[in-house]
Amino acid sequence: MDLDFVIACAPLFAASAWLTVSLAFWGIALSLALGLLAALAGYYRVPILRRAAGAYIELARNTPLMIQLFFLYYGLPRLGILLEGRTCAVIGLTFLGGAYMAEAFRGGLTAVGRTQIEAGLSLGLNRVQLLRHVILPQALAVAIPVICATAIFLMKETSVFSIVALPDLMYLAKDLLKEGHSTESNLMLVLSYLVIILPVSLLFAWLERRARFAGFGS
Amino acid sequence: MLDSALSIFVAGRNLARLWEGLEITLWISLASVGLSIAFGVPFGLVMASGRRFWPKILRLYLEAVRVVPVLVLLFLFYYTLSSAFSVNLSAYVVSVLVFTIWGAAEMSDLVRASVTSLPAHQRESGRALGLTGRQVDLYVVVPQAVRRLLPGVINLTTRMIKTTPFVFFINIPDLMKVGQQIVEVAGMRNHLASVWVYGFIFLVYFAICYPVSLFSRHLEGRWQS
Repeated sequence: MDLDFVIACAPLFAASAWLTVSLAFWGIALSLALGLLAALAGYYRVPILRRAAGAYIELARNTPLMIQLFFLYYGLPRLGILLEGRTCAVIGLTFLGGAYMAEAFRGGLTAVGRTQIEAGLSLGLNRVQLLRHVILPQALAVAIPVICATAIFLMKETSVFSIVALPDLMYLAKDLLKEGHSTESNLMLVLSYLVIILPVSLLFAWLERRARFAGFGS
Repeated sequence: MLDSALSIFVAGRNLARLWEGLEITLWISLASVGLSIAFGVPFGLVMASGRRFWPKILRLYLEAVRVVPVLVLLFLFYYTLSSAFSVNLSAYVVSVLVFTIWGAAEMSDLVRASVTSLPAHQRESGRALGLTGRQVDLYVVVPQAVRRLLPGVINLTTRMIKTTPFVFFINIPDLMKVGQQIVEVAGMRNHLASVWVYGFIFLVYFAICYPVSLFSRHLEGRWQS
């Protein structure tokens, strides 16, 4: 164990970990937005959008993120659409994650009882109020565990971002292999992912416990 | 436009090479899924057994595997095993080993959930009818647990197929790697090579995983009761 080496390359790992965290944050935030839209298109049976959302969900869920990224990063520029590595990474993660989040929201939305909606309507709520105050809060409470599991899954998927030439943790670890201290750098690699993922998974476990009490009359 | 696509796939042995890459992808998936079931089922049964010691150990294993990305595990096993412990395994063995370590952990959780989700009255009714403990397991628990388990197992299978492109990182010539090599050569002359080849691989993965997902959903719908 070479402690000097560990200390010397700690800032490098911190920088790469920060890149991973920020890309994961944007990817997950946009996935949630896209997923909610896709799920609502299905829920309200919006004529054409519903079909489009269905096709999108199947395409994204049944292909690996790596080939999606390859297409974005190496394919699209040849069609005249030039994207930066970071943009590709966020778009790719959102494309993949949106489909999983849509499934999570769909599960929550279908769990909201018919009586809840009827009760809301008989109170004179309009459609937007009904969605905002009755349907979404209950759907969200049901969907939280799946949303959290998906967010963790997406955080782990960020590990392939080095194929679009981003200096993330994997990229750094591979780079440091050449310097010879493979045991130390691999240890740092694992440690970095633990530092990123463990707090989030503990936070989610707490969130899931809280959400369990949020079921209304079911 | 279309002949630019055709020219890539008919040039040299490109189509045959893609097929060989696909074969490698499928073999690695098949071996990993098979081994994951072989190890995951007994692990899951132990976790559901309610014993004191082993379920905790297996739980620890599951959580440890889950918190680290599979790609990191692959990297560790491929590079650290050889450099720190001077164990030299071929890239193929390492990839199946790592996917199995991950897959068996996920599988054990599915098995545990499917067994423990059976309501207690199922066992009790069986016993009340005069079945022995063994008969209850065989005729009451196993048939119902398998029905609950199967959609999850099929889902895990597609997840494992979608994880195999990670072997790209340890230089196994799978579908992705072959695709990249073809693009590198053809891309100089053919402007759209990357679009065609990566688009094609995208569709190949979809053509493999989509039917499997549909089958899983079909089973889920039929057995939901």
